[in-house]
Amino acid sequence: MGMNNKTKSRLAGLALMAWSGMALAAWEFDFQTPATKAAQTVIDLHDLMMIIIFVIFIAVFAVMFYSVFAHRKSKGHPAAQFHDNTLVEIAWTVIPLLILVAMAWPATKAVLNMRDTSQADITIKATGYQWKWGYDYLKGEGEGIRFLSLTSTPAEQIRGTAPKGGNYLLETDRHVVVPVGKKIRVLTTATDVIHSWWVPALAVKQDAIPGYVRDTWFKAEKEGIYRGQCAELCGKDHAYMPVVVEVVSAEKYTKWVEEQKKQMAAAADEGGKTYSMDELKSRGEKVYAANCVACHQANGKGLPPAFPALDGSKIAKGPKADHIAIVLHGKPNTAMAAFGGQLGDGDIAAVVTYERNAWGNKTGDVVQPADIKAARK
Amino acid sequence: MNRSADNRRVLFRLLVVAGLMFGFGYAMVPMYQKFCEVSGINNLLNPDDPLRNTQVDTSRKVTVEFDANLHGLPWNFKPGQTSVSVHPGELVHVVYRVSNTRNHPVTGQAIPSYGPQLAAAHFKKLECFCFSRQTLGPGESRDMPVVFVIDPALPKDVNTITLSYTFFEVAGTLAEPASKPIRPGV
Amino acid sequence: MEATHAHGAGHAHGDDHSHRPKGIMRWITTTNHKDIGTMYLWFSFAMFMVGGAMALIIRAELFQPGLQYVEPEFFNQMITLHGLIMVFGAIMPAFVGFANWMIPMMIGAPDMAFARMNNWSFWLLPPAGILLTASMFVPGGAAGTGWTLYPPLSIQMGIGMDMAIFAVHILGMSSIMGSINIVTTILNLRAPGMPLMRMPMFCWTWLITGYLLIAVMPVLAGAVTMILTDRHFGTSFFNAAGGGDPVLFQHIFWFFGHPEVYIIALPAFGVVSHVIPAFARKPIFGYTSMVYAIASIALISFIVWAHHMYVVGMPVAGQLYFMYATILIAVPTGVKVFNWVATMWRGSMTFETPMLFALGFLFLFTIGGFTGLVLSNTAVDVQLQDTYYVVAHFHYVMVAGALFSAFAAVYYWLPKWTGHMYDETLGQWHFWTSIVSFNIAFFPQHFLGLAGMPRRIPDYALQFTDFNQVSTVGAFGFGLSQLLFLYVVLKAIRGGEKAPAKPWEGATGLEWTLPSPPPYHSFEEPPVLTETKGHA
Repeated sequence: MGMNNKTKSRLAGLALMAWSGMALAAWEFDFQTPATKAAQTVIDLHDLMMIIIFVIFIAVFAVMFYSVFAHRKSKGHPAAQFHDNTLVEIAWTVIPLLILVAMAWPATKAVLNMRDTSQADITIKATGYQWKWGYDYLKGEGEGIRFLSLTSTPAEQIRGTAPKGGNYLLETDRHVVVPVGKKIRVLTTATDVIHSWWVPALAVKQDAIPGYVRDTWFKAEKEGIYRGQCAELCGKDHAYMPVVVEVVSAEKYTKWVEEQKKQMAAAADEGGKTYSMDELKSRGEKVYAANCVACHQANGKGLPPAFPALDGSKIAKGPKADHIAIVLHGKPNTAMAAFGGQLGDGDIAAVVTYERNAWGNKTGDVVQPADIKAARK
Repeated sequence: MNRSADNRRVLFRLLVVAGLMFGFGYAMVPMYQKFCEVSGINNLLNPDDPLRNTQVDTSRKVTVEFDANLHGLPWNFKPGQTSVSVHPGELVHVVYRVSNTRNHPVTGQAIPSYGPQLAAAHFKKLECFCFSRQTLGPGESRDMPVVFVIDPALPKDVNTITLSYTFFEVAGTLAEPASKPIRPGV
Repeated sequence: MEATHAHGAGHAHGDDHSHRPKGIMRWITTTNHKDIGTMYLWFSFAMFMVGGAMALIIRAELFQPGLQYVEPEFFNQMITLHGLIMVFGAIMPAFVGFANWMIPMMIGAPDMAFARMNNWSFWLLPPAGILLTASMFVPGGAAGTGWTLYPPLSIQMGIGMDMAIFAVHILGMSSIMGSINIVTTILNLRAPGMPLMRMPMFCWTWLITGYLLIAVMPVLAGAVTMILTDRHFGTSFFNAAGGGDPVLFQHIFWFFGHPEVYIIALPAFGVVSHVIPAFARKPIFGYTSMVYAIASIALISFIVWAHHMYVVGMPVAGQLYFMYATILIAVPTGVKVFNWVATMWRGSMTFETPMLFALGFLFLFTIGGFTGLVLSNTAVDVQLQDTYYVVAHFHYVMVAGALFSAFAAVYYWLPKWTGHMYDETLGQWHFWTSIVSFNIAFFPQHFLGLAGMPRRIPDYALQFTDFNQVSTVGAFGFGLSQLLFLYVVLKAIRGGEKAPAKPWEGATGLEWTLPSPPPYHSFEEPPVLTETKGHA
């Protein structure tokens, strides 16, 4: 029964379509394309181990399956009665031991290299908050730059009321910009619970532990945008605190640093400005959506008892000073973070004004950046 | 019966083991602290011994970066300098600035931490505000000193050390209600 | 091994019926090892169903990116309870159940050493199970920290966390009492003429597991007690503000947690070491080296805990030490696999359901062992820690390892327990549906982990969609397969072909000298071992 050529080529076409369909559907089954030498080392190590494992696996199970097929009762195979063989037992203890030692050697070299954070060009501190990352450029070009980086995936995409974008869950409003080919040292810490700063293509993963700093490093070989996520369960929105690192050329990096410095200078002297109620409310709504909505919800009803409602709350309708204080300094031993270090005077003034006038909270209070500046002192 | 006496003896021994292991769980706390102290990872309350025959290693310089974090405290807390460049063996004075934004006293405890961790064993603090709790009066600002020496035994390939402090609220001192007006400008 | 068992078996059987309370009181007051074993097994199965339902909620949510069915905080509660319930409620009680049923029969004892305590250690379990499950319904819900309960996240949780802590305390107490009982039984109640080095392998694995449990459950109790006092009584074991360190909890937890893995795996090894020789009709290969391998696995398991913590930032010397120690544990584990294969070699095999599950165990547990070897490599683990690769790895070890071995045990001993043969066709169907759907569910998770999908997330980036869908389909298949298992077991309890005292041609050991079902008290008088060669 021969298959004619047409059928054959049609089948081949189908197979090809199926294959390309799978490729399009991104059946990723290996590590991400490496962007650092360390990431390449991990892949090499993994490949080496997989080869050794595969060989041992085949050897052991070839024996087992041969036995399963040949030594059956239904084939009349009689049962041997041996139950010891010292030589064989010593061999299969010692040989694996030697193989393992051989595997440990390159692994040791890789670990020593991974942990060598010396001679860094730029030091960046990544601070984990529930649920966002804050970055401080501590040393090197760009020293003094600090900002928060929040997920920029809209709630509609998460809830399925809007189509999901290409970088769904792996996009942030601000990228960590670093120059290519420079050794970047990353210090990690956290303010509330343990987080973990992870970018797969750079092969860096380091837990961020409240009260302590840890360090790791990477040196990106290629320009590009590399995306990762928090890797340690940190509560409700653990899935929604991505890490996005943008590697750019040295010139672009210098330009970026200048822009940042300008923006920060502009934000710093906001303390003297005054805004109208409407200006504050519309700006406050944006700040609220970025920073507060995860817990207190868009409708201000919160998720009691863990996350209290703001609509009608004693804080939002009580004295202004209390409200400002809790936003600036947080509430110890709860998920309420201190936003004083994260947001500028203008943003805090706006969000407090918004919270005091949104939903049923018609207090009519206006809070100006100057009030925040005063409260900080 | 002989057998039930045997059983009871085994029962008793195993219960003792279980009890000891419960104690061991707790013993891991001081063991861990001791380990961290010996390895210098986390030496909180005691000044390090001044180095004997402190030979200043002028052949190299080490950059020490300073970092400050707050954890639930209504304070401002910043290093007086972002970094200094020092010779190992040299005695270094630096300050951290801290101020209380509340109109009542608040007490905090600073916890030091180092990056990279292995530098911890070579970072000798002779004086530090982290050796005791710090109470700041209403609106008080203070410059707090740290005096340290980098052990010349620091591995040659380490040329940057970060000293990071996190100031924690000492439980209860924030309890005073925040409803009193905050005095502006203090 | 031949045993002539003394007069009393049949007589005792009739005798007991007159004394036993009837109905529910029989089960509440029973001190009989078989009744208690049965209750352990049913409790375990009930918890397996509850934990499995939670797993299906998790997989349903992960069928697509985005949030469809549950909120993230509820998702976190599901992963936490799924882990706690499966480890402490399903797998551990299942093997305690086997131990209760089989160890007295295997060593020729009338019952367990402390019959009354045996009753207590079982009846502690249902309150703990209820406490855990009920914590979902209190304000704030159950703990949403993952089964590892890491602070400071566990400090933030509501009252559900306290309920989980108390449940862990109760479960720990039950485990300690159960293990003391088992260890004492094995040490003191063996029939004359059965030295330790000739006792059945299942008893060996349980003897060592018992010691492990007694050593590490109190450590876990200590760790969760510290969380409790940190939460409510102002201590600061894990709070940097008071001089504590959150990482310390991880050290204490994994000091318990790693031996815990072997607490689950060792009795599974024991079961397989009975099933494979029985169906290969050949004595186990290398009994002595098996015993040494088990003992060295148990010892090494105490010194490898921090390989769960490669990315917390421990000193590099620590990372290297824990990597070497972890790699070392592959050696005795490999020895066991080689021994099982050598046991089959030149045997005369048949493939009834227990043998199929034992082979499934061997094949898949080896895969889990190999991925464990990959994870032991610190440099590679930095990429894989807290990803789905780890999830795949420990499900290969826990589900394909422990659970498949538990299925093998049930099918192997069910004729003994019920006096009826189970339905062989349906049993084999259960095996094939389980192993196929298990692999569909968990094999793709290796790829997800490699490609960079973190674990414990209710929502994921688009490139992970396809394998997650495959995985979810497999998970539902696996869940449904277990209903078939329930049906097969119920069918065997209600009737079926009468089982002889020794339904398996190649089975050896004292338990097969008793009739099926065995008398209420296994051996009133210790059996006399007449043959000195060979062992179970």
